[in-house]
Amino acid sequence: MTDSSSVKSPWLVSTAVTVVCIAGLVLAPFFLYPILLAKLLCFALFACAFNLLIGYVGLLSFGHAAFFGIAAYSTAHALKEWGLSAEFGLLFAVLVSAVIGFFMGLLAIRRQGIYFSMITLALAQLVYFFCLQAPFTHGEDGIQNVPRGLWFGFIDLNNLTALYYVVATLCVLGYLVIWRVVNSPFGNILKAIRENEPRAISLGYRVQRYKLGAFVISASLAGLAGGLKALVFQLATLNDVSWSLSGEVVLMTLLGGIGTLFGPVVGASLIISLESMLAGSEFPLQVILGLIFVVCVLSFSRGIVGEASRIIKRKKSVLHSLR
Amino acid sequence: MFRKINLIAAACATFVAMQASAQVTDNVVKIGVLTDMAGVTADITGKGSLVAAQMAVQEFGSTVLGKPIQVISGDHQHKTDLGASIARQWYDTDKVDVIVDIPNSAIALAVQGIAKQAKKLVMYSGAGTTALTNEQCSPYGFHWTYDTYAMAHGTASAVVKAGGKSWFLLASDYAFGAQLAKDTSEVVVAEGGKILGTVKHPLNLADFSSLLLQAQSSGANVIGIANAGNDTINAIKQAGEFGITQKGQNLAAMILMINDVHSLGLPAAQGTYLTTASYWDMNAKTRTWSKAFMEKTGAMPSMLQAGVYGSVLHYLKAVKAAGTDDADKVAAAMRAMPINDAFTENAVIRADGRVLRDMYLAKVKTPSASKYAWDYFEIVRKIPAADSVIPLSASKCPLVAKK
Repeated sequence: MTDSSSVKSPWLVSTAVTVVCIAGLVLAPFFLYPILLAKLLCFALFACAFNLLIGYVGLLSFGHAAFFGIAAYSTAHALKEWGLSAEFGLLFAVLVSAVIGFFMGLLAIRRQGIYFSMITLALAQLVYFFCLQAPFTHGEDGIQNVPRGLWFGFIDLNNLTALYYVVATLCVLGYLVIWRVVNSPFGNILKAIRENEPRAISLGYRVQRYKLGAFVISASLAGLAGGLKALVFQLATLNDVSWSLSGEVVLMTLLGGIGTLFGPVVGASLIISLESMLAGSEFPLQVILGLIFVVCVLSFSRGIVGEASRIIKRKKSVLHSLR
Repeated sequence: MFRKINLIAAACATFVAMQASAQVTDNVVKIGVLTDMAGVTADITGKGSLVAAQMAVQEFGSTVLGKPIQVISGDHQHKTDLGASIARQWYDTDKVDVIVDIPNSAIALAVQGIAKQAKKLVMYSGAGTTALTNEQCSPYGFHWTYDTYAMAHGTASAVVKAGGKSWFLLASDYAFGAQLAKDTSEVVVAEGGKILGTVKHPLNLADFSSLLLQAQSSGANVIGIANAGNDTINAIKQAGEFGITQKGQNLAAMILMINDVHSLGLPAAQGTYLTTASYWDMNAKTRTWSKAFMEKTGAMPSMLQAGVYGSVLHYLKAVKAAGTDDADKVAAAMRAMPINDAFTENAVIRADGRVLRDMYLAKVKTPSASKYAWDYFEIVRKIPAADSVIPLSASKCPLVAKK
């Protein structure tokens, strides 16, 4: 009964789901620790930005932490040393990651497949080395005690709930940007490039420009996530530009489902929650994550959300054929 | 329908996250050991730090002021966000009163800020950055066991006094290594020695051969190894393979723990000079404690783990003396009492939060001189506390009144 009605009016279901998600986001800080939630959202946005490249353009970047980290450092430096307020600090961070993304993309998109990935890795390591040596980052000590200040001049970000709402709003906006990019003519061309680049070229599209565009959008959103993270934790350290973070975001996206919009959110939530939960226990987190990764790749390679949606679609088509 | 599954999956993820924030009532003195359980510093801190804290609680008696004492642990995996969020959660939600250990300078600095905001105590045994008692000093943070200044100055000045006049430095190419190298050069030159050359290497270098050969050909009396962890182990191991110490040059490691020597083996590490805050075989008290520690963990305590024990014990004594677990009162009590435990005799806490303790210059024994298991160090001399800390007059700590 519900099946047929939802088939008739899918927009009702999706609106209901969206409303529930938004309600969940709004009510969450009253049940869970706001800093943990804000961290979840930052990494969810980071994973979504990464997924834009791999899921919709087919480009696997091994260096996304470079954008995340350099944005975190930029925000931290702008807020601490230059005394900028949070919104300008974040804007600055997004600009910095967009510019770095532009130059990195310009070099990397000239190659495809594994060569693209290796170039992004090499360039990200350059960024890491720069952050290691540059005096403003303070090396392994990192930039600490970043003041949060006021948002738009009146919201006190030291109040954890207010901070969470600002972070949640920005992450939802970032997610909407990705949704809009994917569901647009631009997004369709990106998918066409992913499926068959020579055909897209033969149809007259300047694929390099589209790929570069997607790369810069992905880098900027990863930068937004990094800047937000620096705001939440009030610090920026070498961890944020390290290769291991690039690897972690690949894992998050893989677990959640490459090429699905919500997959990276689920993947990021799962991994960050596991990290948090297991930190106080005797279990070796890395081993458990590794096992989950192996199980995921072997048995459901489309990721949690990907497999779930495949099951739903199959059920739907079976129902259709039975009618 | 598709979206519904997204929602359920998201709800499951959230449910999983929910387990992380269980509420605990505040009729307990809670000690949080924030350490690295499985990474590069797991042997010198890690599980051993947790055991050391538990042993301190046992020695004190399992209750204080009628309240039970609870020790919990957290693995920061050398990830700053994770360490910072564990610390925040512990202070804000889990009612932890004091955090100890933290073998990572970036995380230590982050927790310094968090503890200041939360007005709770933190005692660093694992971290070594001097920023903790200079620019980022705090009335709630106590730097318990060592810092880079003490290690560099301790080893360098004691070795120069013992006759090692010409030095060649091998430093890792990041802030920590640069700081160690700088401190070492300053001391050597001030004591009348000479630096014949310095060479920097990237972190986690596997092959030290070209650097060691440079050091060897320089003819320096002492080759100073200004790095930490695996880099130190690799450098010393490969120096042994080149037979550098057999040919008359001495190795001086800035940061070397007994566990590192255990994994290196005496043939490779013999003759290396190092500075340590404590050694398990110094006297009868340390021996008794360390043997009990060894039964629980299978290894002798490093100076960092001994420091965790000392800091927790002193904290509990201060809570009893202050009659409360309020951070300000306990901090005052901690500063008022001298620190005495199995490894420490009459140490004091300075205005900037630094514990003034005697350090020891040690030399790794030759295989023939080592009579029993873990008999690795020969204590050459004691380095008085005043010689191993930055003088208060040079301190950048805002809490220190400038005279």
